[in-house]
Amino acid sequence: MRAPGRQPDRLRALIAAGVLAVMTIGAAGCAESDRDNGADKGAGGGTFILAGAGDPKNFDPIFNDDGESFRPIRQMYDTLITHKPGTAELVGGLAESWSNDPTGKIWTFKLRQGVTFHDGTAFDAAAVCANFDRWSAMKGEAAQSQMIYYADVFGGFAGSPDAVYDNCKAPDAGTAVVTMKKYKGAFPGAFALTAFSIASPAAMKQYGADTVTQSGDSFSYSAFANEHPTGTGAFTFGGWNKATGELTLNKNPNYWGDKAKVDKMIIKVIKDENTRKQELRAGTVQAIDFPAPADRKALAAEGYQVLERPAFNILYLGINQKNNPKLKDLRVRQAIAYALNRAQLVQTKGPGGAAVADQFLPSTVLGYAPDVQKYEYSVDKAKQLLADAGATGLTLNFYYPTEVSRPYMPNPQEIFTVLANDLQAAGIKVNGVPRPWNGGFKDDVQQFGKQDLHILGWTGDYNDPGNFVGTFFGRAKPEFGDQSMTEMFSAIAKADATVDQAAKKTAWEQVNRDMATKWLPAVPIWHAPPALVTTKNVQGLVPSPLTAETFNTVSITK
Amino acid sequence: MVRIVLRRLTQLSVTLIALMTLVFFWLRSLPGGPVDALLGERATPQTRETLTRALGYDKPIWVQYGRFVENVVTGDFGNSIRTGEPVTAVIGRAFPATVELAIAAIIVAVGLGIPLGYLAARYRGRLLDNATIVVTLIGISIPIFFLGYLLKDWLTQDIHVFPPSGRISTGADNTDVTGFFVLDGLLTRELDASADALWHLVLPALTLATIPLAIIVRITRASVLDVLDEDYIRTADAKGLRDATIRRRHVLRNALLPVVTTIGLQTGALLAGAVLTEKVYNWGGLGTVITDSISGSRDYPVLQALILLAAVVFIVVNLLVDLSYAVIDPRVRVP
Repeated sequence: MRAPGRQPDRLRALIAAGVLAVMTIGAAGCAESDRDNGADKGAGGGTFILAGAGDPKNFDPIFNDDGESFRPIRQMYDTLITHKPGTAELVGGLAESWSNDPTGKIWTFKLRQGVTFHDGTAFDAAAVCANFDRWSAMKGEAAQSQMIYYADVFGGFAGSPDAVYDNCKAPDAGTAVVTMKKYKGAFPGAFALTAFSIASPAAMKQYGADTVTQSGDSFSYSAFANEHPTGTGAFTFGGWNKATGELTLNKNPNYWGDKAKVDKMIIKVIKDENTRKQELRAGTVQAIDFPAPADRKALAAEGYQVLERPAFNILYLGINQKNNPKLKDLRVRQAIAYALNRAQLVQTKGPGGAAVADQFLPSTVLGYAPDVQKYEYSVDKAKQLLADAGATGLTLNFYYPTEVSRPYMPNPQEIFTVLANDLQAAGIKVNGVPRPWNGGFKDDVQQFGKQDLHILGWTGDYNDPGNFVGTFFGRAKPEFGDQSMTEMFSAIAKADATVDQAAKKTAWEQVNRDMATKWLPAVPIWHAPPALVTTKNVQGLVPSPLTAETFNTVSITK
Repeated sequence: MVRIVLRRLTQLSVTLIALMTLVFFWLRSLPGGPVDALLGERATPQTRETLTRALGYDKPIWVQYGRFVENVVTGDFGNSIRTGEPVTAVIGRAFPATVELAIAAIIVAVGLGIPLGYLAARYRGRLLDNATIVVTLIGISIPIFFLGYLLKDWLTQDIHVFPPSGRISTGADNTDVTGFFVLDGLLTRELDASADALWHLVLPALTLATIPLAIIVRITRASVLDVLDEDYIRTADAKGLRDATIRRRHVLRNALLPVVTTIGLQTGALLAGAVLTEKVYNWGGLGTVITDSISGSRDYPVLQALILLAAVVFIVVNLLVDLSYAVIDPRVRVP
């Protein structure tokens, strides 16, 4: 065994031959300075170790939908379109440029030349089409059920009446033309989704990428997904040691873009946020993701770099109009909005950098309207509106999740307490109903609509208003319980179907204004940026609002 | 002896069948399920329906149960819902981690507990005895979770003596033969890997050993005190046997019987304690798998197999305890 950059230690070898009974004394005899964190130091090269919060599922982009899987996938693959580092702005990825026809159905991508996959095969238009065709023609319910983003964005698979994808042509090696059956507002933003990364057709064929088999209650994935992920990214797959929870990525010396500055990157899975912090302090990792909001200030004070991602999420207070008829009255919903002291909530419970939200999408997304009705905190207005609506003495069941922490909702219990107190101050009686996140909350709220009020949120997937507002309010859902908001549903559908970008922007801005004044199906609470923390010697890490960092720019200084 | 083994094996079969059924229906009666856990906020009615169908949760519960029994009987526990790996691979990887930790903890607990308990009894009422009682009381009372964080804060943050988590240093390219990292290092002559693994074992093993250690000390002390009051000890003393002989042959041997029972019971408790200890130290053993399977994805196949495994381990350990009686106390061998 060789820890990188360290010589084996004779003393430790002697201890190994000893017995466990004396291990305390023996181990204590080994100086802490003998420990190695596996990180070479120097201006270039070395190993960058980042502590992630969970296991990746596998490394075939199309079968994944969670951030912990996407983090390594992003290092190994590229998408046709990507985001400018540190922003949600779309820029060329594997495609140098893209355009669409006036109907928004035909998308033409001009591809980069001279790019190769990790297996040495060429990246070209045929490879792009092979990926699109593979996704669309995926066979078997097992495989299809794991393509969450494809089903969501492309509506369905080949043969399905709802399928959006039609075909992909490669008129020449440098041009891929993707044709849709109908326009969808998600594009072009959705082309930047990590799930739609381009993989090597040769490797997928060699390692049976499409083989998703069901065994009992579950699925197993191919050798491609587990052992031979092959993309065009800045890092190549170096191994996934499940016993130690370490994923190794090696520098791709043939990368088409900025080559990685470190030789190797290790993503170490540490699920407990406190342990991640302790590893950082012990110097055994150089970066940690998702620090506890309460730790950010302390870590910054200790000299660590706290890199806040620009917020690309939303926490909202959902209002279900089904169970309590009073909630169908707009004035009651407005009273709830006025009753909430969101500025104070942000100040007392929000993670660093959090800001009060006045609409359901961050300001970086197209269609954000700066002039929406704000609902500044006013208990008097809330009481007056309740009285006008004949809803004095209103009692509401407020569901909130336990056993969960989300980037947009790090402390649900505390958020609930503050919001409930605000509502009670305005004369609304609140019955708090805690439910475990995976043990009833999502079922009760999203499937059965048992609640009157609830807190929930969302982290955006791509830069499109439909991915925020459309996701929540684009159709009737048990979560909000009102089938009658047809005006809202059709306004959203219309905005989503607008092809011209300027007109689309205007349409969405109006939707957001109306959302605040006319419909108010929920109250936006805050945008809360998640953070990364690194040691002082980590340079070049650019935090992404979409948590879509690529680490080829990272270097370790002395 | 054979009869004991046969009786225990029969008990094992009945227990497993009952447990298998109980676990199956218990897991499915819990609110929430793998479909929602897997889909998270992105669940749409369509994706939920597709996944439910693909996982077979749209079938009647008795059909699901029939399929489950059929799979278990053929030795197929299915694949992890979360990772897609065979359940046997998930458990096979985590099992050595927990066993390594449990062995280290039990060595600490027994290695320190029996001598301390004996000394406390021998010097009954004196400073050592009183100190032992107080310290063991603290040992039993202190929650593992809290102790783990306390030790970590002190020994990995305030003074950097031990690593905060994991089984081996990050980036160490040790050869994995059996999954027992300390043993693997010895087998492959990568002695620095063994030392590194031992180094990482210290704090988790101490944390996990606290409760069994405290209990073993107290049981040993009480048991030795009982034996010291027995007539045969007085007889042996009157016969003029040397103190060392009396202690070794008559006191300790007779006092060990309840201690061995306690060790057996504590081995089961260690598995429960491992869940917390492993969480604190990011250990990656069965405790971690259990936590992930419940809170992360409602990974039914893994949970079912784990609970059955825990039952088997518990029963087998108790069988070994029973058998060890026969070794320690020849009277047990008599029918």
